[in-house]
Amino acid sequence: MTVTVLLFASYADALGTSAIELDVPAGSTIRDVLGTLSSLPGGDRLPPRPLVAVNEMYAPADTELRGGEEVAVIPPVAGG
Amino acid sequence: MRTALVDRAIDVSALIAETGDVSCGATSVFLGCVRDVNDGRPVTGIEYSAYRTMAERELSSIAREADARFGVSRLVVEHRLGPLALGDVSVAIVAAHPHRAPALDATRYVIEQLKRRVPIWKLEHYVDGTREWVGAAAQTPTEASHP
Repeated sequence: MTVTVLLFASYADALGTSAIELDVPAGSTIRDVLGTLSSLPGGDRLPPRPLVAVNEMYAPADTELRGGEEVAVIPPVAGG
Repeated sequence: MRTALVDRAIDVSALIAETGDVSCGATSVFLGCVRDVNDGRPVTGIEYSAYRTMAERELSSIAREADARFGVSRLVVEHRLGPLALGDVSVAIVAAHPHRAPALDATRYVIEQLKRRVPIWKLEHYVDGTREWVGAAAQTPTEASHP
């Protein structure tokens, strides 16, 4: 199945892109997707447990994905 | 109640007029502005970016929560994105209520939650020509080892 990973700010700089289509095995969790991301060039610059949002809602790392989701890896927010 | 991300200067007077009503004896205004120094480093400007759709959704949720908690429905929040200069207003929160306590509590609640939850980031530009994502170094081991 495929998920769309969105990267922002320092994380986008680390991976050199702001969006990646990832093909992951059925039943993959957010943690699995983060594991795949960390193996990409620059992925070692992501922290081990970043905040993640699935379809614009914060979600825990053990959330199982169904495919087609927008998985956003959220750097420390700094609004205001 | 209205929340928005904007790509232009924030017109604070317009927001005060928008929330104002003869029933409201109190209007509380919070402004976040671009400061000239951060962590001892002289700053020349800040570029704000966001996960726009989620940031809009979170901002809207926070405003609804403030209304539920403090009964402040005359509430407007605008956060600016893009390049900002020193002194520019980055965020404005205006709350009007018949009495001061709910108006003050609502503005405080919105800014504290915004700073905690809304996916907005700032790239600070420094006088020495370097730039850095605010808050990134602390949580990224590789970057933290190269301050």
